[in-house]
Amino acid sequence: MSTKLKDGILGFLVYFSSFLTISSLVAILGYIVWNGFGALSFNFFMELLPSIATTLLVIIVSILFAVPIGICAAIYLHEYAKNKRVVEVVNFAIDSLAGIPSILYGLFGLVFFVITMKLNWSILSGSLTLAIMILPVIIRVTQESLKMVPDSFREGSLALGASKVTTLFKIIIPAAIRGIITAVILSIGRIVGETAAVFLTVGTVDKVPEGVMSSGRTLSVHLYLLVKEAIGPDAFQEAFGTATLLIIIILIIVLLTQLLFRGRNN
Amino acid sequence: MKKKTDKIAELVFVASAVVCILALLLIMIFIFYKGSPSIMRTGVFNFLFGQEWQPRAEVFGILPMITSSILVTIGAILIGAPVGVLTATFIVYLAPRKLGNLLKTATDVLASIPSVIYGFFGLMIIIPLIDQLFAGGAGGNSMLAAIIILSIMILPTVVSISESSMREVDINYRDASLALGATKITTIFKVMIPAAFSGIMSAVILGVGRALGEAMAVILVSGNAPFLPNSILAPVRTMSANIALEMGYASGFHQDALFGTGVILFIFIFIINLVFYFVKNKGGVKN
Amino acid sequence: MKKIIIFIILLISSLFFVGCGNQSSVATSVSVVGSTSVAPLAEYESENFLRVNKEIEIAVQSVGSSAGIKAAMDGTADIGMSSRNLKEEEKEGMKEFVIALDGIAVIVHPTNKIKNITKDQLLAIFQGKIRNWKELGGKDAPIVVISREEGSGTRGAFEEISGLEIEKNDKKYTTLYSRAIITDGNGSVKQNVALKENGIGYISVGSVDDSVKEISIDGIYPTDESIKDGKYLISRPFIMLTKGDPSPEAQIYLDYILSAEGQQIVREHFYITVN
Repeated sequence: MSTKLKDGILGFLVYFSSFLTISSLVAILGYIVWNGFGALSFNFFMELLPSIATTLLVIIVSILFAVPIGICAAIYLHEYAKNKRVVEVVNFAIDSLAGIPSILYGLFGLVFFVITMKLNWSILSGSLTLAIMILPVIIRVTQESLKMVPDSFREGSLALGASKVTTLFKIIIPAAIRGIITAVILSIGRIVGETAAVFLTVGTVDKVPEGVMSSGRTLSVHLYLLVKEAIGPDAFQEAFGTATLLIIIILIIVLLTQLLFRGRNN
Repeated sequence: MKKKTDKIAELVFVASAVVCILALLLIMIFIFYKGSPSIMRTGVFNFLFGQEWQPRAEVFGILPMITSSILVTIGAILIGAPVGVLTATFIVYLAPRKLGNLLKTATDVLASIPSVIYGFFGLMIIIPLIDQLFAGGAGGNSMLAAIIILSIMILPTVVSISESSMREVDINYRDASLALGATKITTIFKVMIPAAFSGIMSAVILGVGRALGEAMAVILVSGNAPFLPNSILAPVRTMSANIALEMGYASGFHQDALFGTGVILFIFIFIINLVFYFVKNKGGVKN
Repeated sequence: MKKIIIFIILLISSLFFVGCGNQSSVATSVSVVGSTSVAPLAEYESENFLRVNKEIEIAVQSVGSSAGIKAAMDGTADIGMSSRNLKEEEKEGMKEFVIALDGIAVIVHPTNKIKNITKDQLLAIFQGKIRNWKELGGKDAPIVVISREEGSGTRGAFEEISGLEIEKNDKKYTTLYSRAIITDGNGSVKQNVALKENGIGYISVGSVDDSVKEISIDGIYPTDESIKDGKYLISRPFIMLTKGDPSPEAQIYLDYILSAEGQQIVREHFYITVN
């Protein structure tokens, strides 16, 4: 085969694949939004209030648990770790956690938090489960941004007589804050989209939650139940509407992360 | 005083890192603790190689689910991995900057679309399409539908990790190859992609994990018949789908058997993680 | 740094306050947990219940019959919901309230010309012995069988009555066609049938709408009368259960559902009333 022909075929495959990637996204988004946009209205939004409130509460509580631990673990790995063995084990644990599918997180959350710890189906059970699930993202992204902080910052601060902790909190973390925020936004995206791990731990009660011990129904779980049970005459219209709302939230989240990244590049 | 706060802080940091290890152990212990009794009671061999899933008769064989999981994952990788790697190639080497950024944003969006939406889309669009084009009205909820949906779902993972590993390849390789008279495409496929090979492998392995573990999207499209498939158009049930599908209603031994399925799934995932860890560290690719 | 720590502490403690606030209101909240089939009816009932009784709050959790029965047994739930009859070992110490009956309708695609099949044909279709609509007088096309997941109350009742469930050595086996599509929930069975010209499935009568067509079995449709007088066989009870006597609040809710007003809601949503 001539080089020209080979180049032609390979080049075509590259373009064709990129086209496939873009078109699958356009097809999914287009189909959902096309069918769902009409359902969006103030009333619809009010009907979804319980799900929106639950989703928000689950996000806040999960982030509250995961972010401090995640940042501290990242700091340990990047700034402190000397023992290579320990680092290896921690890294392996983080990668493994990242690889566990959400249905297994759901099973774990159900046996451990819901049943064994007697937290019942609640925002707290779900958030604790999700907190473990998003830990790897937070740790890895924070680690990346810690790497970007120049060593001169550290040395300068230490040379001026600041303790290691002061240096960390006054110099290094502020310098890495953009990365940390990115990590948080990415985690929010993951929580918003999660279904399996959430409905086994948070439950399905369609009410505005009164606190962390209440059960609730996140937007994704609501969508799942709409598809599964089709309760009421307009269930599918509602499903399209809910899916559209989810997509809008996701788009906002992705754009926010991009803005932060771009800000950093400039 | 200074020393003391430093010590305390270090303790907090170490403790946080240990939380990751503890969490992993806790998950393993609880899934095994709930799942292994059912496997023992059925017999390891019968559980793994039994072909019948009859919860009311307390007969639990998950060979169909294991087989389906493997076949569906292979199918998804066969489509998703090349498309993903080639898309990454386009973004890194061929696309104008703006178009590349657009594609990157597109994969980011794909990555964060909730899996239920993928399943819903599959149910409404992909299944009727398969039914009309290939199945001749015999259904459409099939292994093929699951493969198509999963190959889209693993795209973002494959694209973003291949992309970052391709970016780490020394640009001098390219210049040298071009200077030797190789064409741009030849350079990309003969020099740059092989140089990023271990990173691309990690991307594919992570894709395998994602495909194997996905439940909610698969449930809606795969047809979920707990039998060994006889064609790509047959309805199949993966291990993850088995758990998510029956968990709501299961009780007693039946529920334990679903946790048993979880144990087997966990072992599969764990092996994939080990391979990933090995490939990643061998290739020296940064996370 | 201090500010950050104080902020975090404040946030966490505020959450605990929210949690505590919740504790006090738990006293007037009744948790209703269980069957995904009963849950919609329980929701409709609680919406209307809220109008007559503002003090008691009803939280409906749809997690499946078995989980509901278990939750009621161990006291996690005030009321359990089940769409299947309780097993012997589940009955001990439990009080059952049948709040409605639910007919299970056999549905096909609206364009399907078949209007009626016999009980034997129904069994043969779901066992995969009849695989073409031609054999039933329809067009020459494969039959796509759609069923529910193991453990579902709807499937249990359907299989028991249609004869799909057989007993061998004291154990119950299903003889469902091995290539039947399994899907989880009334809605997704309905949607699958609506999307497939050759589909056949079964769902709760309350979930039937224009997107699918109900067919009769041996000439009988599931209606209020045909189910009550036992002519239409495929039905099952919607059960609410409590451990021992219900709590005063739970009793008020149960009384409401069984009252004339509550049963009117049952009828409005095409379930079958009990009295």
